[in-house]
Amino acid sequence: MIANQNIAVEFKRVMKSFGTKRVLSDVSFQIGQGQALCLLGRSGTGKSVTLKLIMALMRPDSGEVWVDQDNVVGMREHQLSLVRKRLGYLFQDAALFDSLTLYENLALPLSRLTRKSKDEIDDVIRRVLADVGLGADGAKYPSALSGGMKKRAGLARALVLEPKILLADEPSSGLDRITAAEIDELLMRRKVEHGTSLIVVTHDVHGARRVADRIAVLDKGTLVAFGSVDEVSQSENDVARRLITE
Amino acid sequence: MQWLNRLFEFVGKVGLFSLQVLIDSLRPPFELAQLRRQLAEVGNKSLALVVVSGFALGAVMTLHTRSTLVMFGAAAMIPAVQSVAFFVEIGPLVAGLLLAGRVGSGIGAVLANMRASEQIDAIESLSIDSFKFLVVPRVLACVIALPFLTLFMDFAGLLGGFLSEELTSHIAPALYLNRAFDYLQWSNFIAPTLKTTVFGFIIGSISSYFGYTTDKGAQGVGEAATSSVVVSSLLIIVADVLLIKCIFFLFPDTAV
Repeated sequence: MIANQNIAVEFKRVMKSFGTKRVLSDVSFQIGQGQALCLLGRSGTGKSVTLKLIMALMRPDSGEVWVDQDNVVGMREHQLSLVRKRLGYLFQDAALFDSLTLYENLALPLSRLTRKSKDEIDDVIRRVLADVGLGADGAKYPSALSGGMKKRAGLARALVLEPKILLADEPSSGLDRITAAEIDELLMRRKVEHGTSLIVVTHDVHGARRVADRIAVLDKGTLVAFGSVDEVSQSENDVARRLITE
Repeated sequence: MQWLNRLFEFVGKVGLFSLQVLIDSLRPPFELAQLRRQLAEVGNKSLALVVVSGFALGAVMTLHTRSTLVMFGAAAMIPAVQSVAFFVEIGPLVAGLLLAGRVGSGIGAVLANMRASEQIDAIESLSIDSFKFLVVPRVLACVIALPFLTLFMDFAGLLGGFLSEELTSHIAPALYLNRAFDYLQWSNFIAPTLKTTVFGFIIGSISSYFGYTTDKGAQGVGEAATSSVVVSSLLIIVADVLLIKCIFFLFPDTAV
């Protein structure tokens, strides 16, 4: 158990269905501030839904989702807005805004959610883009970026507001091993240097072993294993053990 | 009976969606930068299509009406027929239908693509109200731009008609204009032009509805584009019939 004030994210008996399909069934877990959790599982087992529930882009059918000290379930939009400012979200395909340049993609949250001046915004964007290795690409539109660059750009946008918790949906999917390792390295740096909590949905076991303090394995909407890499490797659940060892 | 249920469900959902547009368009923050961007997209980029179509339609209409009017010894009425037809009905309706085709499909496809590629979720995750940010400016841009586009279509139609007539009967420009506006009253001009704001609202909200609410991924993009054009075109024609009755009620002299 983690002390309440040190919990970054906690699920309490969360259920979620789409029509008759149960996606999450009685899921409970917690991760502490500054920890990294990797969510593993086969496709369609509710991993991305878990991230969307944390960001309150979806509502659970029942249960509680706590972010820091706030239960986001049932919150009104203006309250959610305060919680979301503490969260960063790297979407699976980066979800950059097609009609905006990379610079404008990053400037949008800064100009809307902070009181920074134009010069300050320029400074932040320059620094964040340099951090992810896209310092010279601010004027490009997303369509001109490669897959790896898009992921890094999506990460830059997720980090631009200095979130306490970073949610990443398959940050290395569709990337070669070297680029995937670079993305993992960026995530790790964020965790180590800024104390950012990470929740990463991934199919990349190597990446999960590199990044995670905790591993959660979902199977058919149920949390079948939760613990350190070693603990999950020795799990009694066959799916969890195979996922982490194969 | 199931189709009737689906129809009522659709009407209810679109009605609520449109009501939300009206409410959000009056509620700050006003997305002026987005509105400017959309006005350029809807207005500027549709201008060439509207002007060329109006010009061609004006020329063709004059060629068709000429033979009939000449037969009745009413060739002098050609400019008046042309102007009344364009300002009262052809300009507003054709501009509306053209915009439904060009802009409606675009709005439907863009928003559906944003939904499929999680861009709308990304906007929400940045604490930005995606409805106000994406939908309201698009609808307002259609409402504002369409009356102006209609005027361009009206005058392009008159120009096309004049050139066609000039080539046939060598009519002087001043005489053509005099005859064109002799029978035209302000009520023939203002009410039909303003009714296009309703057409604009229909195009903007219907196409935004199909794009914004799709949940079919990539397949939804094509469906949203097609449905946007078909439904908004149909509703424009239906609304036109109803609005004509309203105009006749408000300006009885135009009905004579």
